Order: sequence, then C-alpha cells, then structure tokens
Amino acid sequence: MADLSNTANQVSAIRAMIARHKRWDVIFSMIGLVAMLLGVITLLALFLDLVLDGYGRLNYDFFTSFPSRHANQAGILSAWVGTTLVMLVTALAGVPLGIAAGIYLEEYAPRNWMTDLIEINVTNLAGVPSIVYGLLALGLFVYQLDLGQSILAAGLTLALLILPVVIVATREAIRAVPGAIREAAYAVGATKWQTVAHHVLPYSTAGILTGMIIGMARAIGETAPIITIGALTFIAFLPPSPVTTAPPFVSFDWLLAPFTVLPIQMFSWLSRPQAAFLENAAAAGVVIIVMTLAMNAVAIWLRYRYRKRIKW
Amino acid sequence: MNPDVQTAVRAAEPAYNGAMLPPPETKTAASDMSAQAASRSLIKAQAKGLNFYYGGTAQALKHINLDLAEKQVTALIGPSGCGKSTFLRCFNRMHDLYPGNRYEGEILIHPDNINILARNVDPIEVRMRISMVFQKPNPFPKSIYENVAYGLRVRDVKRRRQLDDKVEEALRNAALWDEVKDRLHDLAFNLSGGQQQRLCIARALATDPEILLFDEPTSALDPIATASIEELIAGLKNNLTILIVTHNMQQAARVSDYTAFMHLGELVEFGDTNTIFTNPSNKRTEDYITGRYG
Amino acid sequence: MNPKPSRFAYQTRRHLPERIIQGLLFLAAFTAVAVTIAIVVILVYESLGFFKHVSLWDFLTDTQWTPLFSDKHFGILPLVSGTLLTSAVALAVAVPLGTIIAIYLSEFASHRVREVVKPFLELLSGVPTIVYGYFALLFITPMLQTVIPGLPGFNMLSAGIVMGIMIIPYVASVSEDAMRAVPMHIREGSYAMGATRFQTALRVVTPAAASGIVAAYILGISRAVGETMVVAIAAGTQPNLTWNPLEGAATISAYIVQVSLGDLPHGSLEYQTIFAAGLVLMLMTLFFNVIGHLMRRRFREAY
Repeated sequence: MADLSNTANQVSAIRAMIARHKRWDVIFSMIGLVAMLLGVITLLALFLDLVLDGYGRLNYDFFTSFPSRHANQAGILSAWVGTTLVMLVTALAGVPLGIAAGIYLEEYAPRNWMTDLIEINVTNLAGVPSIVYGLLALGLFVYQLDLGQSILAAGLTLALLILPVVIVATREAIRAVPGAIREAAYAVGATKWQTVAHHVLPYSTAGILTGMIIGMARAIGETAPIITIGALTFIAFLPPSPVTTAPPFVSFDWLLAPFTVLPIQMFSWLSRPQAAFLENAAAAGVVIIVMTLAMNAVAIWLRYRYRKRIKW
Repeated sequence: MNPDVQTAVRAAEPAYNGAMLPPPETKTAASDMSAQAASRSLIKAQAKGLNFYYGGTAQALKHINLDLAEKQVTALIGPSGCGKSTFLRCFNRMHDLYPGNRYEGEILIHPDNINILARNVDPIEVRMRISMVFQKPNPFPKSIYENVAYGLRVRDVKRRRQLDDKVEEALRNAALWDEVKDRLHDLAFNLSGGQQQRLCIARALATDPEILLFDEPTSALDPIATASIEELIAGLKNNLTILIVTHNMQQAARVSDYTAFMHLGELVEFGDTNTIFTNPSNKRTEDYITGRYG
Repeated sequence: MNPKPSRFAYQTRRHLPERIIQGLLFLAAFTAVAVTIAIVVILVYESLGFFKHVSLWDFLTDTQWTPLFSDKHFGILPLVSGTLLTSAVALAVAVPLGTIIAIYLSEFASHRVREVVKPFLELLSGVPTIVYGYFALLFITPMLQTVIPGLPGFNMLSAGIVMGIMIIPYVASVSEDAMRAVPMHIREGSYAMGATRFQTALRVVTPAAASGIVAAYILGISRAVGETMVVAIAAGTQPNLTWNPLEGAATISAYIVQVSLGDLPHGSLEYQTIFAAGLVLMLMTLFFNVIGHLMRRRFREAY
C-alpha cells in the first residue's frame, strides 16, 4: 500500500472501494430525507384530513351555538368559552408560580440537598402522564378542597401540568443573561431582588414568554386530566359572566361553575356513531389545531428572533 | 541522521533546497537534470504556491513553497497563530470538513505527481495515503484492538487473521504492544495519556500510510511520555515520511532532519535542522530561535 | 463606633423585604415537591382503600379486569398488556425513524436544513393528542383496513403507529443532542483514517453517543406508556389480555378516562379502581423516567 505508483490496479481497486462506501452516504441521505418527509407528510395529512372532513361546519353558527342532539345545529360556543376561562385561570395560576420557581432556582437556591430535591422533582413532574395530574386533581381539588367539578379545579390542574415547562423555560432564559450584568448591578449597591427584577428579568422576558406560550399551547389541547376531574360533555349553557351589571361589577361565580372545553367537546362528538357528529368533531379539531399550531409557531418565531437580537 | 544519507542530501542540496535557495545558474543542463533527478527521488511531497483562506476570505497561508524529503522528518516551527497547523491540515484535506474553506496552489505527491488539492481528487483517497496524529489524543470509545483495527475495517479488511496480524504489527511499531497485549479488548479510555497517544499513532500506522502528519503530538503529555514519543518518531522515519508541527523548538531540534520556520502565514526559512538552529540566514528565524518572541 | 444594634437595624430594614421575597420564591419552587408528595399521597391513600377489598394477589394475577360489571374481576394484567403492547408498536415506529432522523440531522444535514427541520419537528410534537386520536381512528384505521382485511375498527396497531409518530420528535431531539455532544476531535480522528460520513456516523459517533440515545428511547417509552387520548379513541376501552396488536384493547389510562366519563360515586370501589390503576401507571413511568434520567446523566458526565 505504501508504494502505489506502479500498481494502477491497486489504485483503481481503492477508488472502487471508496466509491462503494460513498454510495452509502448517498443512500443514507435519501433514507434520512424520506424519514423527515414522513413526518411532514403526516402533519399535512392530519391537517388536511381534519379540514376536509370539517370545513362544511366551520361557519358563524358553529361558533355561536351550543351543543345539541341535532348534529347540524350543534356548535362549540360553550366549549370555546370554557376553554378561554380555563386558560385564564391556568395562566394566572401557573405562569407566576412557574416564573417565581424558576427565579428561585436560578438566582437564590444554594447548592444543598433541598435544591437537589426540588430540581429532581421538577424533572420528574415533566415526565408524569397528564392523566395522573387528573387523578391528583380529582382527589385533591375536586373532593378534598371541595372545589367541585369546576373551572377553577381545571385551571389549577393545568397550571400544575405546565409548571415544569414554565420553570425550565424561565431558568434557561435567566441563565442566558451574562453574569457581568448582575455584577454591574450589585456593584452600584442593588439588592438581589432589585438586580433580578430590574436587570435580569427584563432581558429574559422573551425566553420566559416563549416558555409560557408553549405551556399554554399544551394546556389548550389537554383532554385527559379535564375528563378525569369530571368536566361534562354536554353543556348547553355558559358559566356566569365574570363581569356583572350590579355592584361589585365583578363576579367569581364562574370559577365554580360546570363547564366544558374544546377537546372534550370534540371527544364527545367523536364518540357518537353518526357521521354528522364526526363532521362536527373534525371542525372542532380544526379550531384546536389552528390555535395550537399558531401558538407554537409564535413561540418558535419569538425564540428565533430573540436569539438573533440580543448581542452581549 | 544517518551520515551516508546526510552526505547524499548535502550533495543534493545545492541543486534544489526546497523553498528558499534557488538552483544555482552556473550548472550545465545535463548535470542540472541529473541533480534534479537525484533530488526528485528524495522528495515525497511538494507544496507549490500554496495559499489558504478560512471561510473563503481570511488568508491564513501565503504562497508557501516547501519540499518534504522522503523518509525524513520535517518539522514546522513558529509562534502561535503562524499557520503551521493550518498548513499541516492541508496535506490530508482536513479543511474540507468545514464549509467555506478554500485552497489555492498545489501540493504534489510523488512519485505519482498528483496535486492532492485538486477539486477532482477525492479527499478520502488522500486520507487513505496520508495519516494524521492529533494534538489531543483522540482514541475512539472502543477497545484498544478496535481502535487500531478501525482504519483496516474502513478499508474493508475483514479476515480476523489479517486484522490480528496488522494490529499487532502496528502496536509493536508504536512501542505499545508489550503494555497492552494482555488487554486488547479493554476500553482505550482506560489508558494513560501517553499510552493513548501511542495508540493513536498505532492506529495511524496500521494502514501503512506514505506520509504521517503529527500535529503537536506531545503538547498535552508529560515529559516522560513526550520522550517516548520522540523516540518513536525517530524510529518511524525509516519507513515513512513525517511532517511534524511543534511549538517546542528543542523538540524540533531533537527529532527532525529538516526544519521550516513559519511566521504570519509565510514560510520564512527552510533548511536542514542543524543549519536552521545554528546558522539561520533570516533575521526573523534567528529572533524566534533565540527567544526574542514566542 | 456605631453600636451594633443600629447597624443591625439598618440591615434588617433593607434585608427584611429581601428575605420575604426569597421565602415566597422558595415556596413557589417547593410547589414542585409538594405536587409530587400530593400525587403520591392521593394515589396511595385511595389505593389502600382499594386493596382493602381486593387482594394484591388477585390484582396482579387475575386475567380479567371487569370492575364495572356484575361479575367483578380486578386483575390489572389486561390493562398492563394493553399499555405495553401499544407502547411497543409506538416504539417500533419511533425508534428507527427517530434515530435515523437524529443521525441525519447531526451528521449529514447542513445548518440550514437543521434550522428548518427542528422547528417542524417541534410543531409535530405540539399537535394535541385528541387530534392525533381523530387521525388514528378515522384516517389510519381505514387505511390499514384496506391492507389488512378483517381489522377491527378499534385496534392497537393504528393507535400504536400514531403514538409512534407522535413521539418521533422527542426521540429524535434527545438522540440528536446526544450525538452533537460527541466532540469534533473524535470525528476528525475518524475522517483522518479515510472514513466516509456514513462510516463515521455509524461506527464512531453513534456508539459514542450510545447511552444518550438509549436514554432517548427509554424516555420515549415513558411517554408512550402515559399516553391517553390516542389509545382511548383508537384502541377502544375494552380490556383485553392479548399480545395481538390487531385487536382492540384498553390501556390503563384509557380505562381511567372511560370510568371518569361516567358517574362515579366518591369513595366507591369503582372510584378507587382508577386510583389503583393510576398507581400502577405512575410506578411504570417513574421506573422508566428514573432509568432514562440516570443514563442521560451518565452520558453527560462522559463528555
């Protein structure tokens, strides 16, 4: 092998061998592309399937009618109102909690067993199936704390569900802020909290926002825990309005009202044998998937822009 | 260096001493040809007008002309950032792994007289003839045996007997056989730094390369390991041509037959090691060697 | 100079709000621990109630699960087999495709391709599971029925395939992270020996990233085991102890959903069954999560 110059045969044999090996490069590239295309095709097929099945029902009436025994009169009014209210509770309960926890873990937590315990639990909770959260909520919120099968219980459950997502996103956003900024703040005499609130958090906002959006997108589509706490599948009324005409102008009755959410409405229609209801299910599915994809897309775009903008 | 070879090289020197000294004009055509023929049989590779640009725009090598003498050790020395590793990595087309890099000029391999930098030359074929040992020992996360056998497996050598023989031969040539012969199937990571580097040398030797490139092979090792590797290199040159980059001048003086001094991407001076270190003709070389700048 | 008490008083004035804030933040972080404790307490408490009526032996060995019928059996095996079988089908889809995509993205794809594909995979994983359930029941099953005559409307194959597609992004991204963590100088060592891209990817990078890749698979199993809606919709809610994926069956999670849809008197045996089943599910996912986490950590320490 060391002296190739006078064996042209050897050279061409080697060239042939290399060509054979490089053919695998090409073959694998194609397989890789096919694998990725499979994912793309699935997403497209899924979306198209929903749209084609359901577009007939996507009209104004659909959004403003209650469910009904007659498929063509059924709508998602109570469902999307329920989803909106539950998301409100989830956001108000889960996001501040998650951000606070993230701040503690990144800025304040000392390196001891308690911190390790908390971190282990955060990682663990991220892997707990959503239905177990439903069982927790059933035992704790619905019965133990006597919140009943209400919007409040659902909102709190989902808040706990998205807690790990918000915590991790907050931690990563805070970690990206360079230590030099913190040191500059301390050097002029700021306290820890002042440093965090005035210097670290503003720079991490985009990252935290991204995590929040991804968490909410996940919560909107969650069905299993909500079913477990007993959201009813046929709700032909709206929860009491948060805003009232009489003093004190704000009511909290809606928190304890029975409700339904979009995924459950879709599930309920899916469980009916009549084809007309399946059409409704598809239409509801379109609404859900458009909302989730839009939120995910916004989060991804935010993350991309945020990464490009800040130049330390 | 073998004194006979030394005489032979000295005889060839005035005709064509690689980079810096031009061939004397007083020679007749016939003796010129024979001298050149004599010198050509001793030249393994030639860099001609080599420019290199990182990312297509940042020029790291400026018009390098250098001859590698066959079955000799050539050392590249120079301060940090002078381009010696960059130059070394041109020889096995390592820069092709990163997009955007651009070569200009030629590196000819003899006796085929092929320019390995040409676009139509397959980098893989180049790497099958020219092996490299890296600065930080980088054994694969495999057993010792499988590390050395890797190059052979890549060349579709499958027969167990052939592999065994080649692995043993390579490990012996790398002065590692006695230490590992009882644990060939242990993980390579369990070896010490010096042993890992010798393993990497064995790995490179197993495929019988024509040129062996060393990129600061002992900078990550302790002095004892360094000494054993230098001894190894001195022994290896009987069979192959060696180009070694080192930031340690004493190492270059100990190990090499020829030395090239580089500075800011240019080849400043090239000659046999003794001359470079005792009587350099370029002031920059002298300043570096005497320690005026590092 | 100044007597200590007044300096102390000054510090307290500044530090007290700080300590309060720190305390509040700590409580927020401690919620994670509290939630875990709450989950364990609730599951165990209700399960204890369950095991007062049903022996552990029956629970683990009876081959029928019919708590809602008049002839009550409480063997968890049918639900466990349903869970494991659907997860196995899901892994059969996700492991090869996810690994191939990971190798391609890590070793072959250009930076631009990666930037486009990775968000796309994220979108795929963001689709709500109920939509996947619809897709499995009304698109994949009919499609499979043309290829496999006699395939029932509820079957584990369809549910497993869609679940597999759902966890591909997860397996791919964790595996790809593991491969990208393999340092460049190991790859250079391989290329310097004359290896092609595929040879390097297969013989050097993948073995180097092995424990990270296995961690990805294990975490994928955990995700599949915990999945609810896809299986509830497409595989049905009829407990069925079988190893044939062409039949329908109920998983643990599907059973819990089915029962929750009905009326559950609080404290009844039927009510307690979902907690006992939930406990088993929790233990299974915990098991896989812990192993996956340990493997991931071991991989990170190696590099």
